[in-house]
Amino acid sequence: MDFWEYLSDRHQQLLADASQHASAVLQCMVAATLLGVLIGVVTYRSEWAGNLATLSTSTILTIPSLAMIGLLIPVLGLGVPPTVTALTLYGLLPIVRNAIVGLRGVDPSLVDAAKGIGMSRPARLLRVELPLAWPPILTGIRVSTQMLMGIAAIAAFASGPGLGNEIFRGIASLGSKNALNQVLAGTLGIIVLALLFDAAYVLLGRLTISRGIRV
Amino acid sequence: MSENDEGAAAPDHTTGATIELESLTKLYPGNPQPAVENVSMEIKAGETVIFVGPSGCGKSTTLKMINRLIEPSGGRIRINGEDVTDIDPVKLRRKVGYAIQSSGLFPHMTVAQNIALVPKMIGWSKSRIRSRVEEMLDLVGLDAGEFHGRYPRQLSGGQQQRVGVARALAADPPVLLMDEPFGAVDPITRDHLQDELIRLQRELHKTIVFVTHDFDEAIKIGDRIAVLRERSHIAQFDTPEAILTNPADDFVSGFVGAGAALKRLNLTRVRDVGITDYPTVTVEDPLQHIFDRLRESGTNEILLLDRRGRPYKWLRRGDLMRAKGSLARAGTLVHDTVTRDATLRDALEAVLTDNAGRVAVTGRRGAYEGVVDMETLMNSVHELLEADRLDALEHQHDLEEIRAAQTHTEQEGFGGVGGRA
Repeated sequence: MDFWEYLSDRHQQLLADASQHASAVLQCMVAATLLGVLIGVVTYRSEWAGNLATLSTSTILTIPSLAMIGLLIPVLGLGVPPTVTALTLYGLLPIVRNAIVGLRGVDPSLVDAAKGIGMSRPARLLRVELPLAWPPILTGIRVSTQMLMGIAAIAAFASGPGLGNEIFRGIASLGSKNALNQVLAGTLGIIVLALLFDAAYVLLGRLTISRGIRV
Repeated sequence: MSENDEGAAAPDHTTGATIELESLTKLYPGNPQPAVENVSMEIKAGETVIFVGPSGCGKSTTLKMINRLIEPSGGRIRINGEDVTDIDPVKLRRKVGYAIQSSGLFPHMTVAQNIALVPKMIGWSKSRIRSRVEEMLDLVGLDAGEFHGRYPRQLSGGQQQRVGVARALAADPPVLLMDEPFGAVDPITRDHLQDELIRLQRELHKTIVFVTHDFDEAIKIGDRIAVLRERSHIAQFDTPEAILTNPADDFVSGFVGAGAALKRLNLTRVRDVGITDYPTVTVEDPLQHIFDRLRESGTNEILLLDRRGRPYKWLRRGDLMRAKGSLARAGTLVHDTVTRDATLRDALEAVLTDNAGRVAVTGRRGAYEGVVDMETLMNSVHELLEADRLDALEHQHDLEEIRAAQTHTEQEGFGGVGGRA
């Protein structure tokens, strides 16, 4: 069976895996974005808190993903919970870092102006600082998503959802005639998903970044 | 000290409010020297007051304490008699317009969105905001249709600054604080913006507090100028005229710079000094009549007006002799005139460049109104300077009395401001 035959033969299974993969990444990205921006907002104004946030999120990133999932299994069991936890944690770093850099990079005279015309602290944050810091935050989100696409494949190790199952099955049955096709299908599927997500982010950027600050 | 016209029904526009600063002090932690020490001043409603001083003298800090962007460490601020030292700063700032250097416009919002910010925050209806935005753009001389949807980066520096002023005035605050608003634009644009501000203020009568380090800007715009030295100590607080003619001390005169008398000329308009009447004839008068007029006037020269009464030519006796019946080639063309709104400096310039030392003053549509010459200018300048000097002496006397009272209270050890380090 060559690769194309394999694809047409298994396309239903593959599509189900791909959609699960995409949905896992998307949901974890939403969680990571909310959490990451929140951490950024809370910490950016203090030198040490900001550094602490960046440092701890980058420490998380240095843990090999397989080890991380392995460590989470005894605590959270198998399946979705360890997958979601691991993906969200990995997704944090670029978002937290870019949120802090973005918020710190807002021209202080604009913040001063916002204060001066009588904007309250939440209004300043929501209407001035976050919109101005949004382009770097969105870049962080893109980087995170690319990263999670790959890491999500490891989730199959904890019987998580997604295209990782395809790859793991292929590796497990190495030598059988479909082994290579399985690994290839899983890998290519992840690449295609990553490209689709990236295109979606470009569109999101066009829609959400004000024309006044778009480069 | 109560002002009870606080809630007076506002007409179309809210006009200015009084501002009183009472022993305003700012101490920064870890610095035993206060950044601003014991500033007291009263600013009248509808007045434009300029804080001018060298950089680092605390003038900006003092300004920012008025809307409490910087919280004072001591002293009181009263706006229209109401003590605002302890009210919610956000509420205070919505009543006080604020314009800063390089406009402070939010780049991600359109011009209209920027201007609408404060009205939106205080809960105006959408339609009212929309018409207000247009009104404000119109007020600062920008075409509403064209600029409404633009982003700040699509505007020139001067246009941005105008929008900044429009935003500051959008909710019609009685007080406008301006922190070196024209510091970042080129000299020509700055000059235009200053003129615009003067015109605007003539219409609106807000209370404006304006910070600058440019003394020429101060005398151009200000009704009164506070010359500040280090720690925002008031070296002199008086009208531009008085400061120019009678600087309180060496610090002030150093700041005024050279050419105070010349700068003084900028403050008086031709309309304020006597212009002399001059014998005139029009091009439609018969030649004989012109001869008669010249003879009976006893002057050597007569001004010929065109059909619309605009100055056209200077005619001398000799010119008429040589004219031989036609005025077409006789006399010298009037090449320069000044309006009644021109400053004495402009008039002097025109008189100096005129080869006979006089210049015609014109009114509406360029019609002749009179003439200024060197002699009238000299006389009025001398009168002005003398009057200024007397005024300044009087004000200085007042200031000294206030200072004496202040030192007195300080020595009594009253008012727990200092020594908190």
